Amino acid sequence: MQLRSLAICAIVFFTAGLAVASFAGFREFIPGLLEGALVTIQITIGGCVLAVVMALLAAMAKMYGPAPLRWLAVAYIEVFRGTSALVQLFWLFFVLPHFGILLEPLTVAIAALGLNVGAYGAEVVRGAVNAVPRGQWEASVALNMPRTLALRRIILPQAFIAMIPPWGNLFIELLKATALVSLITISDLAFKAQQMNQTTFRTIEIFTIVLVMYLAISILITVGMRWLESIAARGIARGRSQ
Amino acid sequence: MTTPMVKFDKVTKRYGSLTVLDSLDLEIAANEKVAIIGPSGSGKTTVLRMLMTLERINEGIIYVDGEPLTHMEKNGTLVPADQRHLRRVRGNIGMVFQHFNLFPHMSAIRNCMEAPVNVLGMPKAEARERAAELLDMVGLGDKVDQYPSQLSGGQQQRVAIARALAMRPKVMLFDEVTSALDPELVGEVLNVIRKLGSEHNLTMLMVTHQMGFAREFADRVCFFYGGKIAEEGAPDEIFSNPENERTRQFLSAVLEAN
Ligand SMILES: Nc1ncnc2c1ncn2[C@@H]1O[C@H](COP(=O)(O)OP(=O)(O)OP(=O)(O)O)[C@@H](O)[C@H]1O
Ligand SMILES: [Mg+2]
Repeated sequence: MQLRSLAICAIVFFTAGLAVASFAGFREFIPGLLEGALVTIQITIGGCVLAVVMALLAAMAKMYGPAPLRWLAVAYIEVFRGTSALVQLFWLFFVLPHFGILLEPLTVAIAALGLNVGAYGAEVVRGAVNAVPRGQWEASVALNMPRTLALRRIILPQAFIAMIPPWGNLFIELLKATALVSLITISDLAFKAQQMNQTTFRTIEIFTIVLVMYLAISILITVGMRWLESIAARGIARGRSQ
Repeated sequence: MTTPMVKFDKVTKRYGSLTVLDSLDLEIAANEKVAIIGPSGSGKTTVLRMLMTLERINEGIIYVDGEPLTHMEKNGTLVPADQRHLRRVRGNIGMVFQHFNLFPHMSAIRNCMEAPVNVLGMPKAEARERAAELLDMVGLGDKVDQYPSQLSGGQQQRVAIARALAMRPKVMLFDEVTSALDPELVGEVLNVIRKLGSEHNLTMLMVTHQMGFAREFADRVCFFYGGKIAEEGAPDEIFSNPENERTRQFLSAVLEAN
Protein backbone atom coordinates (compact mmCIF):
# COMPACT_ATOMS: atom_id res chain seq x y z
CA MET A 1 0.00 0.00 0.00
CA GLN A 2 2.86 2.28 0.87
CA LEU A 3 4.16 1.47 -2.56
CA ARG A 4 1.05 2.63 -4.33
CA SER A 5 0.81 5.86 -2.37
CA LEU A 6 4.41 6.65 -3.21
CA ALA A 7 3.78 5.98 -6.88
CA ILE A 8 0.71 8.20 -6.85
CA CYS A 9 2.71 10.81 -5.02
CA ALA A 10 5.37 10.80 -7.73
CA ILE A 11 2.87 11.10 -10.54
CA VAL A 12 0.85 13.85 -8.85
CA PHE A 13 4.02 15.71 -8.04
CA PHE A 14 5.30 15.48 -11.57
CA THR A 15 2.09 16.52 -13.30
CA ALA A 16 1.44 19.28 -10.79
CA GLY A 17 4.91 20.56 -11.41
CA LEU A 18 4.37 20.46 -15.15
CA ALA A 19 0.95 22.14 -14.84
CA VAL A 20 2.20 24.96 -12.64
CA ALA A 21 5.17 25.36 -14.89
CA SER A 22 3.17 25.60 -18.09
CA PHE A 23 0.65 28.10 -16.67
CA ALA A 24 3.02 30.38 -14.87
CA GLY A 25 4.99 31.20 -17.91
CA PHE A 26 7.55 28.51 -17.17
CA ARG A 27 6.45 26.86 -20.37
CA GLU A 28 9.34 27.98 -22.54
CA PHE A 29 11.84 26.13 -20.36
CA ILE A 30 10.06 22.80 -20.29
CA PRO A 31 11.11 21.29 -23.65
CA GLY A 32 14.79 22.07 -23.19
CA LEU A 33 14.85 20.81 -19.63
CA LEU A 34 12.97 17.63 -20.56
CA GLU A 35 15.62 17.00 -23.19
CA GLY A 36 18.26 17.35 -20.48
CA ALA A 37 16.28 15.11 -18.15
CA LEU A 38 16.23 12.42 -20.80
CA VAL A 39 20.04 12.47 -20.97
CA THR A 40 20.20 12.34 -17.17
CA ILE A 41 17.88 9.34 -17.13
CA GLN A 42 19.93 7.62 -19.82
CA ILE A 43 23.15 8.05 -17.85
CA THR A 44 21.43 6.96 -14.64
CA ILE A 45 20.10 3.75 -16.15
CA GLY A 46 23.37 2.92 -17.90
CA GLY A 47 25.38 3.71 -14.78
CA CYS A 48 23.12 1.62 -12.54
CA VAL A 49 23.35 -1.41 -14.81
CA LEU A 50 27.13 -1.14 -14.97
CA ALA A 51 27.32 -0.59 -11.21
CA VAL A 52 25.36 -3.77 -10.46
CA VAL A 53 27.46 -5.85 -12.85
CA MET A 54 30.74 -4.47 -11.46
CA ALA A 55 29.59 -4.87 -7.86
CA LEU A 56 28.67 -8.53 -8.38
CA LEU A 57 31.91 -9.31 -10.21
CA ALA A 58 34.09 -7.47 -7.71
CA ALA A 59 32.36 -8.96 -4.66
CA MET A 60 32.57 -12.51 -6.02
CA ALA A 61 36.22 -12.04 -6.99
CA LYS A 62 37.08 -10.55 -3.61
CA MET A 63 35.34 -13.29 -1.64
CA TYR A 64 35.91 -16.41 -3.70
CA GLY A 65 38.40 -15.63 -6.45
CA PRO A 66 41.97 -16.90 -6.72
CA ALA A 67 44.61 -14.54 -5.31
CA PRO A 68 45.30 -12.38 -8.41
CA LEU A 69 41.59 -11.80 -9.05
CA ARG A 70 41.10 -11.02 -5.39
CA TRP A 71 43.81 -8.37 -5.46
CA LEU A 72 42.37 -6.88 -8.61
CA ALA A 73 38.95 -6.63 -6.99
CA VAL A 74 40.37 -5.08 -3.82
CA ALA A 75 42.35 -2.56 -5.88
CA TYR A 76 39.27 -1.63 -7.89
CA ILE A 77 37.10 -1.20 -4.80
CA GLU A 78 39.68 0.85 -2.92
CA VAL A 79 40.62 3.10 -5.84
CA PHE A 80 37.06 3.91 -6.81
CA ARG A 81 35.84 4.38 -3.26
CA GLY A 82 38.87 6.35 -2.20
CA THR A 83 38.87 8.97 -4.94
CA SER A 84 36.15 11.38 -5.95
CA ALA A 85 33.75 10.66 -8.78
CA LEU A 86 34.67 13.99 -10.34
CA VAL A 87 38.33 13.07 -10.56
CA GLN A 88 37.44 9.67 -12.00
CA LEU A 89 35.28 11.36 -14.60
CA PHE A 90 38.04 13.78 -15.55
CA TRP A 91 40.61 11.03 -15.60
CA LEU A 92 38.61 8.90 -18.04
CA PHE A 93 37.76 11.92 -20.16
CA PHE A 94 41.01 13.88 -20.25
CA VAL A 95 43.73 11.35 -19.39
CA LEU A 96 42.73 8.26 -21.34
CA PRO A 97 43.01 10.08 -24.72
CA HIS A 98 46.72 10.54 -23.97
CA PHE A 99 46.97 6.75 -24.08
CA GLY A 100 45.12 6.68 -27.38
CA ILE A 101 41.77 5.72 -25.87
CA LEU A 102 39.15 8.16 -27.01
CA LEU A 103 35.63 7.56 -25.70
CA GLU A 104 32.31 9.25 -26.35
CA PRO A 105 31.43 11.65 -23.51
CA LEU A 106 28.26 9.65 -22.80
CA THR A 107 30.30 6.44 -22.54
CA VAL A 108 32.73 8.13 -20.19
CA ALA A 109 29.88 9.40 -18.03
CA ILE A 110 28.25 5.97 -17.73
CA ALA A 111 31.61 4.25 -17.16
CA ALA A 112 32.81 6.67 -14.47
CA LEU A 113 29.58 6.73 -12.49
CA GLY A 114 28.95 3.00 -12.91
CA LEU A 115 32.47 2.10 -11.79
CA ASN A 116 32.28 4.51 -8.87
CA VAL A 117 28.96 3.29 -7.53
CA GLY A 118 29.89 -0.32 -8.35
CA ALA A 119 32.78 -0.07 -5.89
CA TYR A 120 30.36 0.83 -3.08
CA GLY A 121 27.92 -1.77 -4.36
CA ALA A 122 30.57 -4.48 -4.06
CA GLU A 123 30.57 -3.98 -0.30
CA VAL A 124 26.77 -4.09 -0.26
CA VAL A 125 26.85 -7.42 -2.11
CA ARG A 126 29.52 -8.77 0.21
CA GLY A 127 27.60 -7.78 3.31
CA ALA A 128 24.39 -9.34 2.05
CA VAL A 129 26.11 -12.60 1.08
CA ASN A 130 27.82 -12.81 4.47
CA ALA A 131 24.49 -12.24 6.18
CA VAL A 132 23.01 -15.45 4.73
CA PRO A 133 23.07 -17.99 7.59
CA ARG A 134 25.99 -20.43 7.55
CA GLY A 135 23.55 -23.32 7.72
CA GLN A 136 22.58 -22.60 4.13
CA TRP A 137 26.15 -23.26 2.98
CA GLU A 138 26.31 -26.37 5.12
CA ALA A 139 23.06 -27.73 3.70
CA SER A 140 24.49 -27.13 0.21
CA VAL A 141 27.63 -29.08 1.06
CA ALA A 142 25.52 -31.89 2.54
CA LEU A 143 23.70 -32.05 -0.80
CA ASN A 144 27.08 -32.22 -2.51
CA MET A 145 26.67 -28.97 -4.43
CA PRO A 146 29.80 -27.38 -5.88
CA ARG A 147 30.43 -23.94 -4.42
CA THR A 148 29.48 -22.02 -7.55
CA LEU A 149 26.15 -23.81 -7.74
CA ALA A 150 25.43 -23.18 -4.05
CA LEU A 151 26.30 -19.53 -4.53
CA ARG A 152 24.13 -19.12 -7.61
CA ARG A 153 21.07 -21.09 -6.54
CA ILE A 154 21.05 -20.91 -2.76
CA ILE A 155 23.08 -18.02 -1.37
CA LEU A 156 22.71 -15.17 -3.88
CA PRO A 157 18.92 -15.43 -4.21
CA GLN A 158 18.66 -15.04 -0.44
CA ALA A 159 21.23 -12.26 -0.33
CA PHE A 160 19.39 -10.47 -3.14
CA ILE A 161 16.50 -9.39 -0.95
CA ALA A 162 18.79 -7.85 1.65
CA MET A 163 20.60 -5.94 -1.08
CA ILE A 164 17.60 -4.13 -2.51
CA PRO A 165 17.21 -1.24 -0.02
CA PRO A 166 20.92 -0.28 0.02
CA TRP A 167 20.97 -0.50 -3.77
CA GLY A 168 18.05 1.93 -3.84
CA ASN A 169 20.21 4.42 -1.95
CA LEU A 170 23.15 3.87 -4.28
CA PHE A 171 21.00 4.38 -7.37
CA ILE A 172 19.80 7.70 -5.99
CA GLU A 173 23.40 8.67 -5.19
CA LEU A 174 24.24 7.87 -8.79
CA LEU A 175 21.37 9.99 -10.06
CA LYS A 176 22.60 12.93 -8.02
CA ALA A 177 26.16 12.44 -9.20
CA THR A 178 25.05 12.68 -12.84
CA ALA A 179 25.07 16.45 -12.41
CA LEU A 180 28.87 16.19 -12.62
CA VAL A 181 28.78 15.11 -16.26
CA SER A 182 27.90 18.61 -17.38
CA LEU A 183 31.60 19.27 -16.78
CA ILE A 184 32.56 16.97 -19.64
CA THR A 185 30.38 18.65 -22.26
CA ILE A 186 27.25 16.54 -21.83
CA SER A 187 23.90 18.34 -22.02
CA ASP A 188 22.20 16.74 -19.05
CA LEU A 189 19.54 18.33 -16.89
CA ALA A 190 21.97 20.35 -14.80
CA PHE A 191 23.85 21.56 -17.87
CA LYS A 192 20.66 22.64 -19.63
CA ALA A 193 19.54 24.50 -16.53
CA GLN A 194 22.77 26.45 -16.25
CA GLN A 195 22.79 27.20 -19.94
CA MET A 196 19.24 28.58 -19.85
CA ASN A 197 19.94 30.49 -16.70
CA GLN A 198 22.89 32.20 -18.31
CA THR A 199 20.83 33.38 -21.27
CA THR A 200 17.55 34.27 -19.53
CA PHE A 201 18.40 34.91 -15.86
CA ARG A 202 15.04 33.34 -14.87
CA THR A 203 16.81 31.59 -12.01
CA ILE A 204 13.83 30.89 -9.76
CA GLU A 205 11.67 29.24 -12.42
CA ILE A 206 14.44 27.20 -13.99
CA PHE A 207 15.94 25.76 -10.85
CA THR A 208 12.53 25.07 -9.34
CA ILE A 209 11.61 22.96 -12.34
CA VAL A 210 14.98 21.21 -12.21
CA LEU A 211 14.50 20.43 -8.53
CA VAL A 212 11.10 18.91 -9.17
CA MET A 213 12.45 16.86 -12.06
CA TYR A 214 15.32 15.37 -10.04
CA LEU A 215 12.93 14.65 -7.21
CA ALA A 216 10.48 12.94 -9.54
CA ILE A 217 13.19 10.68 -10.95
CA SER A 218 14.44 9.73 -7.50
CA ILE A 219 10.90 8.96 -6.33
CA LEU A 220 10.52 6.73 -9.37
CA ILE A 221 13.69 4.88 -8.33
CA THR A 222 12.37 4.45 -4.80
CA VAL A 223 9.04 3.16 -6.08
CA GLY A 224 10.77 0.75 -8.43
CA MET A 225 12.96 -0.65 -5.67
CA ARG A 226 10.03 -1.07 -3.28
CA TRP A 227 8.18 -2.94 -5.98
CA LEU A 228 11.19 -5.18 -6.57
CA GLU A 229 11.45 -5.82 -2.86
CA SER A 230 7.82 -6.80 -2.54
CA ILE A 231 8.17 -9.27 -5.43
CA ALA A 232 11.34 -10.77 -3.99
CA ALA A 233 9.80 -11.00 -0.54
CA ARG A 234 6.82 -12.87 -1.92
CA GLY A 235 9.13 -15.47 -3.41
CA ILE A 236 11.32 -15.97 -0.39
CA ALA A 237 9.78 -15.40 2.96
CA ARG A 238 6.02 -15.83 3.08
CA GLY A 239 6.13 -14.99 6.73
CA ARG A 240 9.72 -15.98 7.31
CA SER A 241 9.99 -18.18 10.38
CA GLN A 242 13.56 -19.45 10.15
CA MET B 1 35.47 -59.64 7.10
CA THR B 2 33.38 -57.15 5.13
CA THR B 3 34.55 -53.57 4.67
CA PRO B 4 32.93 -51.15 7.09
CA MET B 5 30.70 -48.47 5.55
CA VAL B 6 32.37 -45.80 7.64
CA LYS B 7 35.72 -45.99 9.32
CA PHE B 8 37.49 -43.40 11.46
CA ASP B 9 41.16 -44.34 11.67
CA LYS B 10 42.96 -42.52 14.50
CA VAL B 11 41.22 -39.27 13.70
CA THR B 12 42.24 -36.22 15.70
CA LYS B 13 40.49 -32.88 15.57
CA ARG B 14 41.76 -29.77 17.29
CA TYR B 15 40.49 -26.23 17.53
CA GLY B 16 43.58 -24.26 18.43
CA SER B 17 44.89 -25.82 21.60
CA LEU B 18 41.61 -27.64 22.33
CA THR B 19 41.67 -31.30 21.28
CA VAL B 20 38.07 -32.13 20.54
CA LEU B 21 38.64 -35.65 19.25
CA ASP B 22 41.67 -37.56 20.31
CA SER B 23 42.79 -40.32 17.96
CA LEU B 24 39.26 -41.62 17.42
CA ASP B 25 38.77 -45.15 16.08
CA LEU B 26 35.26 -46.05 15.01
CA GLU B 27 33.94 -48.57 12.49
CA ILE B 28 30.37 -48.70 11.34
CA ALA B 29 29.05 -51.61 9.29
CA ALA B 30 26.75 -51.22 6.31
CA ASN B 31 23.15 -50.86 7.48
CA GLU B 32 24.19 -50.43 11.07
CA LYS B 33 22.34 -47.85 13.18
CA VAL B 34 24.66 -46.17 15.64
CA ALA B 35 23.53 -43.72 18.31
CA ILE B 36 26.05 -41.25 19.68
CA ILE B 37 25.42 -39.94 23.17
CA GLY B 38 27.50 -37.93 25.59
CA PRO B 39 27.70 -34.67 27.48
CA SER B 40 27.72 -31.28 25.80
CA GLY B 41 31.05 -30.44 24.19
CA SER B 42 32.21 -34.06 23.99
CA GLY B 43 32.63 -33.84 20.20
CA LYS B 44 29.46 -35.59 18.99
CA THR B 45 28.55 -32.97 16.42
CA THR B 46 32.16 -32.70 15.35
CA VAL B 47 32.24 -36.40 14.41
CA LEU B 48 29.30 -35.96 12.05
CA ARG B 49 30.60 -32.69 10.62
CA MET B 50 33.99 -34.23 9.82
CA LEU B 51 32.29 -37.08 8.02
CA MET B 52 30.17 -34.60 6.05
CA THR B 53 33.43 -32.72 5.19
CA LEU B 54 32.11 -29.60 6.91
CA GLU B 55 35.15 -29.74 9.16
CA ARG B 56 38.75 -30.60 8.29
CA ILE B 57 40.57 -33.18 10.35
CA ASN B 58 44.05 -32.70 11.76
CA GLU B 59 45.27 -36.29 11.84
CA GLY B 60 44.11 -39.72 10.77
CA ILE B 61 41.96 -40.84 7.87
CA ILE B 62 38.23 -41.28 7.38
CA TYR B 63 37.08 -44.02 4.98
CA VAL B 64 33.66 -44.33 3.40
CA ASP B 65 32.70 -47.66 1.87
CA GLY B 66 36.34 -48.72 1.77
CA GLU B 67 37.54 -45.57 0.06
CA PRO B 68 39.47 -42.79 1.78
CA LEU B 69 37.35 -39.64 2.08
CA THR B 70 39.75 -37.17 3.61
CA HIS B 71 42.65 -38.39 1.50
CA MET B 72 43.26 -39.64 -2.01
CA GLU B 73 45.81 -41.88 -3.56
CA LYS B 74 48.55 -40.21 -5.55
CA ASN B 75 51.61 -42.09 -6.79
CA GLY B 76 50.94 -44.84 -4.31
CA THR B 77 50.71 -42.63 -1.22
CA LEU B 78 47.77 -40.95 0.46
CA VAL B 79 47.68 -37.17 0.19
CA PRO B 80 44.97 -34.79 1.48
CA ALA B 81 41.94 -34.92 -0.78
CA ASP B 82 41.22 -32.15 -3.25
CA GLN B 83 37.77 -30.69 -3.81
CA ARG B 84 36.93 -33.07 -6.64
CA HIS B 85 37.75 -36.13 -4.61
CA LEU B 86 35.78 -34.85 -1.62
CA ARG B 87 32.75 -34.25 -3.78
CA ARG B 88 32.91 -37.69 -5.34
CA VAL B 89 33.17 -39.60 -2.08
CA ARG B 90 30.84 -37.49 0.03
CA GLY B 91 28.07 -38.12 -2.50
CA ASN B 92 27.50 -41.26 -0.41
CA ILE B 93 26.61 -39.23 2.64
CA GLY B 94 23.55 -37.20 3.58
CA MET B 95 22.96 -35.10 6.67
CA VAL B 96 20.01 -33.72 8.59
CA PHE B 97 20.65 -30.73 10.84
CA GLN B 98 19.32 -29.63 14.18
CA HIS B 99 17.94 -26.42 12.66
CA PHE B 100 16.69 -28.03 9.43
CA ASN B 101 18.51 -25.54 7.15
CA LEU B 102 15.85 -25.76 4.46
CA PHE B 103 16.17 -23.33 1.55
CA PRO B 104 13.61 -20.66 2.49
CA HIS B 105 13.15 -19.41 -1.07
CA MET B 106 12.02 -22.78 -2.40
CA SER B 107 8.87 -24.80 -1.83
CA ALA B 108 9.13 -28.19 -0.12
CA ILE B 109 9.27 -30.06 -3.40
CA ARG B 110 11.81 -27.66 -4.92
CA ASN B 111 13.98 -28.15 -1.84
CA CYS B 112 13.97 -31.87 -2.65
CA MET B 113 14.54 -31.42 -6.41
CA GLU B 114 17.31 -28.84 -6.39
CA ALA B 115 20.29 -31.12 -5.80
CA PRO B 116 19.08 -34.16 -7.78
CA VAL B 117 18.55 -31.92 -10.83
CA ASN B 118 21.62 -29.70 -10.54
CA VAL B 119 24.11 -32.07 -8.92
CA LEU B 120 23.11 -35.50 -10.21
CA GLY B 121 21.78 -34.17 -13.52
CA MET B 122 18.46 -35.95 -13.09
CA PRO B 123 15.72 -34.86 -15.53
CA LYS B 124 13.27 -32.48 -13.85
CA ALA B 125 10.21 -34.65 -14.33
CA GLU B 126 11.93 -37.64 -12.76
CA ALA B 127 13.26 -35.54 -9.87
CA ARG B 128 9.80 -34.11 -9.24
CA GLU B 129 8.21 -37.54 -9.21
CA ARG B 130 10.79 -38.88 -6.82
CA ALA B 131 10.61 -35.82 -4.57
CA ALA B 132 6.83 -36.21 -4.40
CA GLU B 133 7.24 -39.88 -3.44
CA LEU B 134 9.69 -39.01 -0.69
CA LEU B 135 7.52 -36.21 0.69
CA ASP B 136 4.65 -38.65 0.65
CA MET B 137 6.76 -41.14 2.56
CA VAL B 138 7.48 -38.59 5.30
CA GLY B 139 3.76 -37.81 5.48
CA LEU B 140 3.80 -34.49 3.64
CA GLY B 141 2.13 -35.49 0.38
CA ASP B 142 -0.30 -32.59 0.80
CA LYS B 143 2.36 -29.97 1.56
CA VAL B 144 4.61 -30.22 -1.49
CA ASP B 145 4.03 -26.64 -2.61
CA GLN B 146 4.34 -25.02 0.82
CA TYR B 147 7.33 -22.87 1.65
CA PRO B 148 9.41 -23.68 4.75
CA SER B 149 8.01 -20.70 6.66
CA GLN B 150 4.53 -22.10 6.14
CA LEU B 151 5.43 -25.40 7.80
CA SER B 152 5.75 -26.40 11.46
CA GLY B 153 9.16 -27.36 12.82
CA GLY B 154 8.33 -31.05 12.64
CA GLN B 155 7.16 -30.71 9.07
CA GLN B 156 10.27 -28.75 8.13
CA GLN B 157 12.47 -31.41 9.61
CA ARG B 158 10.63 -34.10 7.66
CA VAL B 159 11.16 -32.13 4.45
CA ALA B 160 14.85 -31.94 5.35
CA ILE B 161 14.95 -35.72 5.71
CA ALA B 162 13.24 -36.18 2.34
CA ARG B 163 15.66 -33.69 0.79
CA ALA B 164 18.67 -35.64 2.03
CA LEU B 165 17.18 -38.96 0.87
CA ALA B 166 16.59 -37.56 -2.61
CA MET B 167 20.35 -37.79 -3.17
CA ARG B 168 20.24 -41.55 -2.48
CA PRO B 169 22.96 -41.55 0.18
CA LYS B 170 24.29 -44.78 1.66
CA VAL B 171 24.99 -43.11 4.99
CA MET B 172 22.64 -40.73 6.79
CA LEU B 173 23.78 -38.45 9.59
CA PHE B 174 21.32 -37.00 12.09
CA ASP B 175 22.52 -34.32 14.49
CA GLU B 176 20.01 -33.84 17.31
CA VAL B 177 17.28 -33.55 14.73
CA THR B 178 14.52 -33.24 17.33
CA SER B 179 16.26 -30.86 19.72
CA ALA B 180 14.84 -27.71 18.17
CA LEU B 181 11.28 -29.07 18.13
CA ASP B 182 8.39 -28.59 20.50
CA PRO B 183 7.85 -31.81 22.47
CA GLU B 184 4.62 -32.71 20.69
CA LEU B 185 6.40 -32.64 17.31
CA VAL B 186 9.26 -34.95 18.26
CA GLY B 187 7.25 -38.12 17.70
CA GLU B 188 6.41 -37.48 14.06
CA VAL B 189 10.08 -37.01 13.18
CA LEU B 190 11.21 -40.08 15.13
CA ASN B 191 8.52 -42.11 13.36
CA VAL B 192 9.96 -41.12 10.01
CA ILE B 193 13.42 -42.21 11.14
CA ARG B 194 12.01 -45.53 12.36
CA LYS B 195 10.41 -46.03 8.98
CA LEU B 196 13.70 -45.26 7.20
CA GLY B 197 15.43 -47.79 9.38
CA SER B 198 13.04 -50.57 8.53
CA GLU B 199 12.35 -49.84 4.86
CA HIS B 200 15.64 -48.57 3.47
CA ASN B 201 19.15 -49.92 3.31
CA LEU B 202 20.78 -47.09 5.14
CA THR B 203 23.69 -46.79 7.48
CA MET B 204 22.68 -44.31 10.15
CA LEU B 205 24.71 -42.31 12.57
CA MET B 206 22.71 -40.21 14.96
CA VAL B 207 23.55 -37.86 17.75
CA THR B 208 20.62 -37.81 20.11
CA HIS B 209 19.43 -36.89 23.56
CA GLN B 210 16.38 -39.14 23.18
CA MET B 211 17.65 -42.07 25.24
CA GLY B 212 14.43 -44.03 24.84
CA PHE B 213 14.66 -43.79 21.08
CA ALA B 214 18.36 -44.67 21.06
CA ARG B 215 17.68 -47.75 23.13
CA GLU B 216 14.85 -48.98 20.96
CA PHE B 217 16.24 -48.04 17.55
CA ALA B 218 20.03 -48.30 17.59
CA ASP B 219 22.11 -51.42 17.05
CA ARG B 220 24.93 -49.86 18.97
CA VAL B 221 25.40 -46.92 21.31
CA CYS B 222 28.64 -44.97 21.63
CA PHE B 223 29.17 -42.82 24.68
CA PHE B 224 31.56 -39.95 23.98
CA TYR B 225 33.57 -38.37 26.71
CA GLY B 226 36.64 -36.15 26.56
CA GLY B 227 37.28 -36.62 22.86
CA LYS B 228 37.11 -40.40 22.98
CA ILE B 229 34.57 -43.16 22.98
CA ALA B 230 34.47 -43.92 26.68
CA GLU B 231 32.11 -46.86 26.31
CA GLU B 232 30.21 -48.56 23.52
CA GLY B 233 27.99 -51.56 23.09
CA ALA B 234 24.49 -52.84 22.52
CA PRO B 235 21.85 -50.42 23.82
CA ASP B 236 20.63 -52.83 26.49
CA GLU B 237 24.12 -53.21 27.94
CA ILE B 238 24.86 -49.51 27.95
CA PHE B 239 21.55 -48.43 29.38
CA SER B 240 20.94 -51.18 31.93
CA ASN B 241 24.44 -52.07 32.83
CA PRO B 242 26.97 -49.32 32.11
CA GLU B 243 30.50 -50.23 33.08
CA ASN B 244 32.11 -46.82 32.88
CA GLU B 245 31.65 -44.47 35.80
CA ARG B 246 31.22 -41.50 33.42
CA THR B 247 28.49 -43.28 31.51
CA ARG B 248 26.65 -44.00 34.75
CA GLN B 249 26.88 -40.38 35.83
CA PHE B 250 25.74 -39.12 32.44
CA LEU B 251 22.78 -41.48 32.24
CA SER B 252 21.57 -40.75 35.73
CA ALA B 253 21.86 -37.01 35.06
CA VAL B 254 19.82 -37.40 31.88
CA LEU B 255 17.22 -39.55 33.63
CA GLU B 256 16.88 -37.02 36.39
CA ALA B 257 16.35 -34.20 33.88
CA ASN B 258 13.50 -36.11 32.24
N1 LIG C 1 34.34 -23.86 15.16
C1 LIG C 1 34.82 -24.11 16.39
N2 LIG C 1 35.82 -23.39 16.89
C2 LIG C 1 36.32 -23.64 18.13
N3 LIG C 1 35.85 -24.59 18.94
C3 LIG C 1 34.82 -25.34 18.50
C4 LIG C 1 34.25 -25.14 17.21
N4 LIG C 1 33.26 -26.04 17.03
C5 LIG C 1 33.20 -26.76 18.17
N5 LIG C 1 34.14 -26.34 19.05
C6 LIG C 1 34.39 -26.94 20.37
O1 LIG C 1 34.57 -28.31 20.19
C7 LIG C 1 33.99 -29.03 21.28
C8 LIG C 1 33.06 -30.10 20.74
O2 LIG C 1 31.99 -29.50 20.09
P1 LIG C 1 30.75 -30.33 19.54
O3 LIG C 1 29.84 -29.35 18.88
O4 LIG C 1 31.24 -31.46 18.71
O5 LIG C 1 30.09 -30.86 20.87
P2 LIG C 1 28.77 -31.72 21.06
O6 LIG C 1 29.18 -32.99 21.68
O7 LIG C 1 28.02 -31.80 19.79
O8 LIG C 1 27.98 -30.84 22.12
P3 LIG C 1 26.42 -30.53 22.23
O9 LIG C 1 25.79 -31.70 22.91
O10 LIG C 1 26.38 -29.30 23.09
O11 LIG C 1 25.90 -30.30 20.86
C9 LIG C 1 33.30 -28.01 22.16
O12 LIG C 1 34.14 -27.76 23.25
C10 LIG C 1 33.20 -26.80 21.29
O13 LIG C 1 33.28 -25.63 22.06
MG1 LIG D 1 26.16 -31.00 19.06
